Amino acid sequence: MAILEVKDLTVNFGGLVAVNNFKLNLEKNELVGLIGPNGAGKTTVFNLLTGNHEPTSGEILLDGKSIVKKKPYHIVDMGIGRTFQNIRLFGNLTVLDNIKIAHNGSMDYTFLDGILRLPKYWKEESEANKECLALLSVFDLDGYAYTLASNLPYGQQRKLEIARALATKPKVLLLDEPAAGMNPQETSELMETIQSVKSTFDIAILLIEHDMNLVMGICERIICIDYGKIIAEGLPDEIKKNPEVIKAYLGE
Amino acid sequence: MENFIQQLIFALRIGSIYAVIAIGYTMVYGIIKLINFAHGEIMVFGSYFSFLLASSGLNFIWVLLISMGLTAILGMVMEKVAYAPLRKAPRLSALITAIGMSFLLQNIMLLIFKSEPKRMPELISMTPFEVGGVLIDPITIITVGLSVLFMIILQIFIKNTKPGKAMRAVSQDTNVAALMGINVNRIITLTFAIGSALGALGGILYSLMISQIYPTMGIMPGLKAFVAAVLGGIGIMPGAMLGGFIIGAVETFTKAYLSSSWSDGIVFLILVIILLFKPAGLLGKNRKDKV
Amino acid sequence: MKKSNQLVGLGFVIAFIAFVGISGLLFILALAKEPSVTYAYAGIVSCMLLMLVFSLAKKTSKTLKSYLNNAIAILIIIVIVYPLIAHNKSPELFPFLGGVSFKGYTTGIFILICINIVMATSLNFSTGFLGQLVLGHAGFMAIGAYTAALIANILFAAGLPIFFVIVLSLLAGGVLAALSGIIIGIPALRLRGDYLAIMTLAFAEIVRIIINNLNFTGGAQGLTGYASAQIMGLSKETFSLYVFFTMVICVAFLVLLARSRHGRAIISLRENEIAAESVGINSTKYKVTGFAISALVGGIGGGLFAFHMGFLQPSMFGFMKSVDILVMVVLGGMGSMTGSIVAAGVFTWLPELLRDFDEYRMVAYAVLLIVMMIVRPQGLLGVKEMSLSKMVRKIRAKLLKQSDGNLMEGGDE
Repeated sequence: MAILEVKDLTVNFGGLVAVNNFKLNLEKNELVGLIGPNGAGKTTVFNLLTGNHEPTSGEILLDGKSIVKKKPYHIVDMGIGRTFQNIRLFGNLTVLDNIKIAHNGSMDYTFLDGILRLPKYWKEESEANKECLALLSVFDLDGYAYTLASNLPYGQQRKLEIARALATKPKVLLLDEPAAGMNPQETSELMETIQSVKSTFDIAILLIEHDMNLVMGICERIICIDYGKIIAEGLPDEIKKNPEVIKAYLGE
Repeated sequence: MENFIQQLIFALRIGSIYAVIAIGYTMVYGIIKLINFAHGEIMVFGSYFSFLLASSGLNFIWVLLISMGLTAILGMVMEKVAYAPLRKAPRLSALITAIGMSFLLQNIMLLIFKSEPKRMPELISMTPFEVGGVLIDPITIITVGLSVLFMIILQIFIKNTKPGKAMRAVSQDTNVAALMGINVNRIITLTFAIGSALGALGGILYSLMISQIYPTMGIMPGLKAFVAAVLGGIGIMPGAMLGGFIIGAVETFTKAYLSSSWSDGIVFLILVIILLFKPAGLLGKNRKDKV
Repeated sequence: MKKSNQLVGLGFVIAFIAFVGISGLLFILALAKEPSVTYAYAGIVSCMLLMLVFSLAKKTSKTLKSYLNNAIAILIIIVIVYPLIAHNKSPELFPFLGGVSFKGYTTGIFILICINIVMATSLNFSTGFLGQLVLGHAGFMAIGAYTAALIANILFAAGLPIFFVIVLSLLAGGVLAALSGIIIGIPALRLRGDYLAIMTLAFAEIVRIIINNLNFTGGAQGLTGYASAQIMGLSKETFSLYVFFTMVICVAFLVLLARSRHGRAIISLRENEIAAESVGINSTKYKVTGFAISALVGGIGGGLFAFHMGFLQPSMFGFMKSVDILVMVVLGGMGSMTGSIVAAGVFTWLPELLRDFDEYRMVAYAVLLIVMMIVRPQGLLGVKEMSLSKMVRKIRAKLLKQSDGNLMEGGDE
């Protein structure tokens, strides 16, 4: 059964149909790419999946449960993690704290435990530190654990955002242009990271990307949308040759 | 009924004063997103200028224009000295500077003019006349007339002149406006000048109404004008006018028909209620943060 | 690793019990008869020395050391300041001072500084940590002050010991303020930035006007003759201890909370609300909580103010009061508790210092404010915190002429 099932998703912004009858079946441990020209509605699809926008109609099922009309933070708890096109880190906090905030859902000591520093606080905090540092080391970020997030180099910030999304223990990870602003060297490193994330954490990934090398290189399946509508869907090689896709990108 | 109309006229008078002061707040906010706390004191400075000029025997029109001019200069100096260096600083720092400026102006006035209230000279003395049982003071007509006149002039200026258009461009996006060749600093200075001149107008009309001047008199009308600006949607000029008249009306009618000691409370309560239903003010658009 | 953690927990509990025990002892002794203060004082000094021994011991874990260091620092303050305060009233208590002491006036300033520290740190929690500009903190202070005063009246008349009268009234004031914090926190969820700030301003004005119009609060004339510290027969000297320890507890509460998972969640909302929600932070819950906590501590500060002043008037809690507190927070650096504490100290003391220049005092204060913001817009400390443990480690590293990279290590300090 598909882990994420999207049926006839449509959203209407004051007369403008930004997403029109979007469909998706994301299988467990699948890596799907979402492409399309600028303004095609890719990020809007993400925002609908994460609860930042409410769909006009349609259904989104995560593991069989509907997530429509739920708050973004509830949807995170249910198992969707995301990154942003324009990086959104907690800049004045350390790299480790960025991860620990995302780890919040895995801790359950109370206010009183925290203020009085009761044993439960120490136990969970030290476990959290250990787990978060381990997660950082997957991304080679453990050396930066006590650096402020805003002081990280750009490429590392992108990685940190992915690590932070993973700290919420998602079943589905949404990556919004993870390679934006990266040079070819960094991009190819990122490709390896994404693939290792997929296998290490055993999750499904949906990614938006403009870098065709990356998309064609790692995606198992690609969906292309334009003007909010799916215009093509298939294997990377099929998409490359699809006349609709070429038309959407290059014009007539 | 007569009483009601009497109150309505009074509401128009106080409302137009609030509206004129509120425009100063809203213009500055629209351009640099700063709540200019010193605006209330600027307004009082305007009153003191008019007091000094009137004492030297000038006639009303000249008193008004010269005080507005002097206050505009004061506003520009204030902007250059205190706010301009903070253009890139966190917004709260600018806010604290504005609070500091408000303290400073207030205490300079205390030093120069002392805390005892001064009697405002009756710049124009005309006998009230009666229309259908309603007593109308000509100064009321002058107050409302002047306020509306200057608001119309300002609207025309902003809609149709080049600096006015530049002003709107800067309030949309400072950086892009600068890229389009607009001298942003000059526009900001101009905004302060106009806002302060209108503040002076409001101050003069206000002190004519309460017929006295004292250094701390700007606090309450300043606060209410500010509430008016927020009520209408801060940064939006017609909003400030609308807000001013609403606050004036609420205040006058609660004082007349409910209780004078609760009237300020009701003004603030209405602000709270309106913000609950229209989180960005009456004329403001509720913009959601872009994801 | 595991074992040392348990040790830390155990050590901390012991240190905490010792701290609370000793300060409690001090209270009880101080309340009994003044000469016993000497014993209490001796107790504090020995407790401090004991902590010092633990702190210097090699086996003690780093975390425990940092707690001990902080506790010692707090005790050092009271060990130095308290004799100066008490000496004025009963010179025979601390003969070693040889006549050096605070005047009653200085003690008053000490009390005001402590109250302002409570107000500034609590406002910093909502404005600096949660990231919501609050222009009506005086409203919470007013609620706390009036509630504490009225409750204290009842409790004192019922014959409760002074210690309980004060503690219970402060708590009552704090709780009522926290409830009002929730009431304004919920609508605040719909508002952004400056509109929220105005909402809090309006709230504080409404509170002030309500108090102004009620009978049992004394209306505009104000509330006098309630069970204040003075009326309960508490000397300024003893009361200063209550204020000091309440301040310590409030600040510790805020700091410890800020460094727990809940505190991190609240700070993440300041940093980027959308990102915080995207990692599962319940923005509604934590925003309201943040407001409530800020109001709770602000209300307690108001309660202290009520016990100190002996009379309350609505005009004391006007817009200018909120601004005064905000100035301290911004000048100290938003998001820095240390900054708020320093700024509250400086900006309570400074106007008093300038009192001789009377007329020019406020002008100088205003100029200073503006210049300060132009020179250091991020405030004295920005978001930095001063940490004793880091300082101790730095000094030690310098002394040993070796930096082993430990300085970078964070954790709780």
